[in-house]
Amino acid sequence: MTDTADTRPLTGAIPSDGSALGLAGYHRSGGYEGAAKALREMTPDGIRDEVTKAGLRGRGGAGFSTGRKWGFLPRQDGGQRYLVVNGDEMEPGTFKDRVLLEGNPHQLIEGMVISAFAIQASQAIIFLRGEYTLAAQRLAVALAEATDAGFVGGNLLGTGYDLEIQLHSSAGRYICGEETALLTSLEGKRAIPRAKPPFPQTSGLWGCPTVVNNVETLCNVPHIVRNGSAWYRSLSCGEDGGTKIYGVSGRVKRPGAWELPMGTTVREILEEHAGGMQDGYRLRGLLPGGASTEFLTADQLDVAMDFGSVEKAGSRLGTGTMIILDDRTCPVGMLLNLEHFFAQESCGWCTPCRDGLPWIERMLEAIENGEGRPEDLDLLAMHVDLLGPGKTFCALAPGAMEPLGSGLKHFRADFERHIAEGRCPWRQ
Amino acid sequence: MASVTIDGRSYDVEAGDNLLHACLSLGFDLPYFCWHPAMGSVGACRQCAVKVFRSPEDHKGRLVMACMTPATDGLHLSLDDPEARAFRASVIEWLMTNHPHDCPVCPEGGECHLQDMTVMTGHVHRRYRFRKRTFRNQYLGPFIAQEMNRCIACYRCVRFYRDYAGGQDFDVFASHRYVFFGRSADGVLENEFSGNLAEVCPTGVFTDKPLGREYARKWDMAGSPSICVHCGLGCNVTVNARAGRLRRLLNRYHHEINGYFLCDRGRFGYGFADQPERFRQPLRRGQPASRAETLEHLKDVLAKAKIIGIGSPRASLEANFALRQLVGPDRFHLGLAADQHRLVSLIIDVLQKGPAPAATLAEAEAADAVLVLGEDLPNTAPRLALALRQASRQKGFAIADRLEIPRWLDISVRDAVQEERSPIYIATADATRLDDVASGVYRLADGEVARLGFAVAQAVDGDGPRVPDASPDLAALAQVIALALCEAKRPLVVSGTGSASQAVVEAAANVAWALCHRGREARLSMVVPECDSLGLGLMGGGSLADAFQAVEAGAADTLIVLENDLYRRAERTAVEHCLDQLRHLVVLDHTPHRTAARAEVLLPAASFAEGDGTLVNNEGRAQRFFSVRPPPADIQESWRWLRDLAALRGDPSVTAWQRLDDVTAACAAALPVLAGITEAAPGADFRVDGAKIPRQPPRYSGRTAMHADQTIREPKPADDPDTPLSYSMEGSAVALPPSAIPYFWAPAWNSVQAVNKFQQEVGGLLRGGPPGVRLIHPGHPGRRSYLPEIPRPFTPRRGRWWIQPLHALFGSEELSRHSPPIAERLATPSLALPPTDAARLGLAEGALVELRLGSETLRLPVSLHPALAAGTGGLTAGLPETLGLPLPAWAEVRAVSETPP
Repeated sequence: MTDTADTRPLTGAIPSDGSALGLAGYHRSGGYEGAAKALREMTPDGIRDEVTKAGLRGRGGAGFSTGRKWGFLPRQDGGQRYLVVNGDEMEPGTFKDRVLLEGNPHQLIEGMVISAFAIQASQAIIFLRGEYTLAAQRLAVALAEATDAGFVGGNLLGTGYDLEIQLHSSAGRYICGEETALLTSLEGKRAIPRAKPPFPQTSGLWGCPTVVNNVETLCNVPHIVRNGSAWYRSLSCGEDGGTKIYGVSGRVKRPGAWELPMGTTVREILEEHAGGMQDGYRLRGLLPGGASTEFLTADQLDVAMDFGSVEKAGSRLGTGTMIILDDRTCPVGMLLNLEHFFAQESCGWCTPCRDGLPWIERMLEAIENGEGRPEDLDLLAMHVDLLGPGKTFCALAPGAMEPLGSGLKHFRADFERHIAEGRCPWRQ
Repeated sequence: MASVTIDGRSYDVEAGDNLLHACLSLGFDLPYFCWHPAMGSVGACRQCAVKVFRSPEDHKGRLVMACMTPATDGLHLSLDDPEARAFRASVIEWLMTNHPHDCPVCPEGGECHLQDMTVMTGHVHRRYRFRKRTFRNQYLGPFIAQEMNRCIACYRCVRFYRDYAGGQDFDVFASHRYVFFGRSADGVLENEFSGNLAEVCPTGVFTDKPLGREYARKWDMAGSPSICVHCGLGCNVTVNARAGRLRRLLNRYHHEINGYFLCDRGRFGYGFADQPERFRQPLRRGQPASRAETLEHLKDVLAKAKIIGIGSPRASLEANFALRQLVGPDRFHLGLAADQHRLVSLIIDVLQKGPAPAATLAEAEAADAVLVLGEDLPNTAPRLALALRQASRQKGFAIADRLEIPRWLDISVRDAVQEERSPIYIATADATRLDDVASGVYRLADGEVARLGFAVAQAVDGDGPRVPDASPDLAALAQVIALALCEAKRPLVVSGTGSASQAVVEAAANVAWALCHRGREARLSMVVPECDSLGLGLMGGGSLADAFQAVEAGAADTLIVLENDLYRRAERTAVEHCLDQLRHLVVLDHTPHRTAARAEVLLPAASFAEGDGTLVNNEGRAQRFFSVRPPPADIQESWRWLRDLAALRGDPSVTAWQRLDDVTAACAAALPVLAGITEAAPGADFRVDGAKIPRQPPRYSGRTAMHADQTIREPKPADDPDTPLSYSMEGSAVALPPSAIPYFWAPAWNSVQAVNKFQQEVGGLLRGGPPGVRLIHPGHPGRRSYLPEIPRPFTPRRGRWWIQPLHALFGSEELSRHSPPIAERLATPSLALPPTDAARLGLAEGALVELRLGSETLRLPVSLHPALAAGTGGLTAGLPETLGLPLPAWAEVRAVSETPP
């Protein structure tokens, strides 16, 4: 193992020239050793315990313990069960899974083999964002290689365990990233979320027990199995185990994504890896984990980017990919852009989301265009409250309220100025 | 049971029930949209939010959707909580951002669930100041009008149409605020239950199109409790009229029969009663005649004539009994086609004396394995087909139970169940629109359908008669079906008169009896064609052949035909031969037909809209229908005409009849099997708080203005001597007996969903129990010996085809054909042939053929029906071109043209 592979297990082996790591290269980096160990030496329960002990938490945004998520499956009764990979990376500002999919597709496949074995699924499906065509091509090649090499298909590594993997490219809706809407979409139906309970572990794809895991989450699994949970925990500088792929977009010198120890501070990511703000731009706030997280402000840069710390700071780690708001960008305009997206992507199932988000969008549009009214701020605040968790059918609208609610708090003066002056101060 | 605390007071509710259903059943006014008692919970509209608290000490609580939350013992909840109230008002405010506020010109106005819920939440002031989204509306056919701008996206329409009724041509399109509910393109809604959209839609998106053409508000329409006259199931309906014209028909909730839904033939068939051609005055040889001169003439006729009578399966028991009294029991004939007469008698015998009771539709819906023999249910008994579609979900409910998903949690049950269905086997001549939920479909000639049934019966109980020359395939299939039926807790066998085959009905009886003999709680559902087929059968009388014979032999020279077209009942030549020999033909009817056209005297009879009476449905339940309007001048109920004829002859017992109750009572007294009919509904003397039950709602307007072109005074409301209902708005409409509810209306509940307030629990029995009286007491104990006549295997014949009766929802039934919206949907006549047989004759779809069947020769286009068995064909029964043909029968088929003209 190289130094980089030791500290950056997920991305260390990805070629720097933009190509995908092939099967041979993946073998050289220790690839499929975890799968061999898991299938030959470990029990499904043993794998789950190791993953639980490693402190791996879901990288799709919710941060639920992966081992515990697997543990909610009912006892194996011989019936069909599924592992579904959530590769529908559509959160605005988020491109971490893409790095993994395009750079090291075998890593995901190995993660799927081990995880599917751990939950005793014989069918696994990758649900991929429709626009990720390069990732789709590379996954298809990797799947063919892995099948030829006996890592996917029947009687894996001679153990008698069978696993089929299918790749499904989405037709493209944000809601498909919601794990139950994803399943409904996979079944060929309208992408509408499902009620929970029952959770997918009880009644998932085609009504069968199903686990849905994020791409990055599963990419961690081979390394945990190969190197052990203690090693994995040691990678982190926070409470949660492992590394995290952090991303930065906005007016920074070097936007991008980097694999760093879980719990790296905002400041380190922003200043050391993204190179700090572009000249002439000042940081006003940032959404730490994609569009559906609350703003952190310039005085919160020392927050550690792990699930617990960001929550304590009043936001969510989410996908760990931050969007930077600078001082030359209108916060109302930024929020209008975001809420337009959320209103557009509402599936139309429940009333608050379907009809509340467009109202929010129109109020923001009015404010941005100088047609706002003072009472709009109260109405926006009302929506932040009424579209909160538990009140809507799924988490889309509550997610949409996170930047809006925190934006109203942190940038209230900017909103008021728009309304008082009847124009956007940032426009010429 | 679970004890829950609602706003500080303790209540017992069913544990695991959802809180919305529990609260509504307790009488709380909790608003909702997407939930429906028959369709369960999906959590879409978020309207029924309530606050739940972990303990009495928890004062913060959290909002939950009542429809998605099971009741647990010790639960504390609040409807009154300010946060819950505010949230519910906000849901309305959101829905109103796009709703057009066009209530004054909306046909739903005044009976709109959205209006009710809006008022209930207290939302009044609009704060949304931006543009509303708009849609282009679609043409959806003659039944349903669409105005999508009013849509609040509750998803009930699509859930009903697709998930509940199995329709394929309606869906939800697009997303976010632009979700659109309709068809992929303009066109007629194909599903036979499309009319329910008007009741399922909580606002004015999908409305009753014929009502819209001749519109009146709910409060301006008189209502009457009635029974559908367009098939034998006896669905309960509410008829609405204003200014003497029928405006619409609504579902009238009956827990054991139609529940919340009607078929389109039932809902839109009423137009026959207001068609221009309807008989409105006496005719003598086709020319208008006064009542006095007509009766004077008839007095002479009756004095000299040798009379016989022919009754009708679409007339009330009272009308038939009046005719029977007039002519005498031995000169009274049922007026059923020969095969139907035999089948109805057989069905009565099977239900009365066999161990398997007749299934209510509610019981059919709960069946967990079904065998259908010979009946094309979506066309002959559509509401039963809808019940079986729900029965197909019973296996799914078992899966949900195992996964601990509440059965009412529809969204999750359907995800968990996917395509798993209960065993339903359908053996018919041709494909049916229920096939999509069947585990197995078998397309066989009627004799083979019967042989399959007999084989299943024998496989269930080895003592049953063995099918001679059974192929190994037949035996194996019978084993599979027998196993499924035996493994079920509530197996159901369905058959009826549709295939016109005695063997099919007998086979069905054998299967049900075999299951009973094996200790299963099997039920039988026997379909009969008309609204009083079973009642007429119970009354008993001579056959049509007997009547013809009496005329032929000179024993009769005068025929009185009650509400019946003989040309539907026998071959044209036979009918004409009989009519030609008559000295006098007297016909009583409301709707023109060929028999009426030949009448010397035609007496204009009341239809269900102006008359009252008792009908017996296919499960043997006697139910009363009440008129919605007084009969106009020259029209009167058939029993009154017949009484008047009896008076001409000086028959004292009949002449004494003053009102319907007298006839009903005389009928019950004369015929022990019908003794229960007096209890079918309250009699004319029934009063609520000393007053009659008003047909007009309290807000009925325009009484003094409606007739202003004729008189400026308010006319005195017509008397109704026959029923406990009045033709006015005065009286009492509280705590009514369930069979006499003229409209469902309750404080704060103006829409059809006011029925919630009339039920013991929401979706359960009406307060006071199920309307009607079962005349056939279900489930004769003990063994019944099997019916042994098993037909020989079907063998195709060279150059001839076994032509079986097919049925069209729109076209085969006599009365609904005359209703304008249904007239737009009528089936066209054609000869159905299997494609391979047609190819052998060189016939393409639409090619003309000559068909020689009995004494008739027909020229018809061919339609290719891939499901038909080789050597068989089909003709749609009941069309003008096919009336009276003795189907099934062998027929010669000859090509006239090989390609469509």
